[in-house]
Amino acid sequence: MEMTEIGPGAASAAPVEVEQILRLYIAGQTPRSVKAFANLKRICEEHLKGRYRIEVIDLIQNPQLAAGDQILAVPTLVRLLPEPVRKIIGDLSNTDRVLVGLDVRPAS
Amino acid sequence: MAFSDTGGHDLRIVTRLPKSPTGIEGFDQITTGGLPTGRPTLVCGSAGCGKTLFAMSFLVNGATKFDEPGVFMSFEESNDELAQNVASLGYDLPALIEKKKIVLDHVRVERSEIEETGDYDLEGLFVRLGFAIDSIGARRVVLDTIESLFSGLSNQSILRAELRRLFRWLKDKGVTAVITGERGEGSLTLQGLEEYVSDAVILLDHRVVEQVSTRRLRIVKYRGSSHGTNEYPFLIDEDGMAVLPVTSMGLAHGASTERASTGVARLDTMLGGQGYFRGSTILVSGTAGAGKSSLGAHFVDAACRRGERSLVFLFEESPQQVVRNMRSLGLDLQPWIDRGLLEYHASRPALHGLEMHLSLMYRAIERVRPTIVVLDPVSSLLSVAATGDVRATLTRLIDHLKTQGITALMTSLSHGKTELERTDAEISSIVDTWLLLVTLESSGERNRGLYVLKSRGMGHSNQIREFLLTDHGIELVDVYVGTGGVLTGSARLTQEAKERAAETAQQQEIDRKERTLARLRTALEAELASLRAKFEAEQADLATGIEEERARIARLRDDQQSIAESRQADTDNNGSERRNQRHVDKRRSRKR
Repeated sequence: MEMTEIGPGAASAAPVEVEQILRLYIAGQTPRSVKAFANLKRICEEHLKGRYRIEVIDLIQNPQLAAGDQILAVPTLVRLLPEPVRKIIGDLSNTDRVLVGLDVRPAS
Repeated sequence: MAFSDTGGHDLRIVTRLPKSPTGIEGFDQITTGGLPTGRPTLVCGSAGCGKTLFAMSFLVNGATKFDEPGVFMSFEESNDELAQNVASLGYDLPALIEKKKIVLDHVRVERSEIEETGDYDLEGLFVRLGFAIDSIGARRVVLDTIESLFSGLSNQSILRAELRRLFRWLKDKGVTAVITGERGEGSLTLQGLEEYVSDAVILLDHRVVEQVSTRRLRIVKYRGSSHGTNEYPFLIDEDGMAVLPVTSMGLAHGASTERASTGVARLDTMLGGQGYFRGSTILVSGTAGAGKSSLGAHFVDAACRRGERSLVFLFEESPQQVVRNMRSLGLDLQPWIDRGLLEYHASRPALHGLEMHLSLMYRAIERVRPTIVVLDPVSSLLSVAATGDVRATLTRLIDHLKTQGITALMTSLSHGKTELERTDAEISSIVDTWLLLVTLESSGERNRGLYVLKSRGMGHSNQIREFLLTDHGIELVDVYVGTGGVLTGSARLTQEAKERAAETAQQQEIDRKERTLARLRTALEAELASLRAKFEAEQADLATGIEEERARIARLRDDQQSIAESRQADTDNNGSERRNQRHVDKRRSRKR
């Protein structure tokens, strides 16, 4: 909780706080998809509370959407905004790497 | 199930491996049908060897010729790049995409954009591919070059497991797939894809030997099917890709007894009176400027006059040059070109490797379907390959021409007296008729001579003929062979003059003798005439004398009679007659 308090405080130093638009591609309700979604939800809640939106696309139901974002691996998390587009593949179990991928915190 | 029904001993029930034709000229021939249907095939080779074009030909031909739509999944080139690249082969990808015959999907993997955290699989790729396949009911799939994934994703073990799954999945889908792979050091592909795709492996190669590049294709493996094991040359040009199965056809070709005129009447005479056998191979060898090309042009001209199609491959001159040069011999080849009876193909030997030359010749022969083919000169092919290779190549070409009953004339340049038969000997054993053009040097002149060194299956002249290039074509004239050797040119003319002089002298001698004879005859006749005249004169003279004598005798008798009558003698006339006669005889003898 304290971390989230610090988060906005540190972010307030930045001129504009941009909302993160995230899209998570999965292929069916596999244990890996479920795990990835849970990890993402947790990280966002911890680090981007109130400044993110998550869209989940199941490629089994919408296979035509795979080509658009150049999806190969699943799960893939695509950060559509802010630019540039970033991709994080895997079950998002390594929080640090996810944060680096999302440019939320500089790599240590 | 089929086996148990037949008790397991009738194996004919096993269906042959179904194959999907690629539509690539020649490739389906060497694989007896194409790629294995419903299985993946690995096409590997180094950069720029034509993997993508092979794959694209397979796909486009499938869509246009065999009604099998296809998916092209590219891991390297974008859709626009691909469409542009294959437009040069005459493939209109946008139109095929429009007609839902082909789907292009460019898979872009940018390592810098991707962060990997934790476990994943490539289900996304499967979904994309599956979606593309289902959207047009594809029967064919190309993955070009899937190994790019290895540079885009870092987790090798996941990748390998997923590729293995992918190939199995493709098989389950029942699509005929082509997977391209970059050639690796010591292995067929960089990432050892051949471990996963084990049904058929095709290796493409692009070799440069002595600055000449040749594309080659080899079928490394084709499970469950017989296939040619050679390296086959292939080419990529505006007509697409073509593999050229130029193996020797064996010696099963027929032998025609029909003849084709050489275009030089006297040469026909030397070759048993009718010219070359149809479907035979003629080698014309000789030194520079001996008239080899001219002999070839005569042959072609004669064929065109008969309305037959001819195809000439030039390795040193341009067609315009040949047409101009032949005009000086009174041969106008341009009308034949205009009427489509004569076609020239000119290319520098160094432009392609031997195989490629052969391939291009096959193609041209296939298209033009000539009855006569001229290669001018084959010796220049030696500049791009070793003698043995040239021989092998020409053997294949000759076999090919013979099976089609095409008469071939090859010219060959020999460099000098010592080397006269060096290059030719290499190929002479595979030709049927060998004409040798030599230059005869004597009395400060070079003149041309022609022999028939051999001509299988026909009686032919063993004599050397002088070979003249005149403004009305080639002429063969007899040469003089004497103690001083063969005489040609002005020496021959001198000899001819000498002979003419000798002949004149002989004629004069005959004339002289005839004149003498005539004179003698005249003299004889004159003498005879004078003798006759003399005889006649004397004869007349003597006859007169005789007459006079007789008259005198008669007168004498009359006188005696009258005397006797006057004496009235009564002696009988007979007795007095006898006495009188005696009296006359006495007087006559006394007179003498």
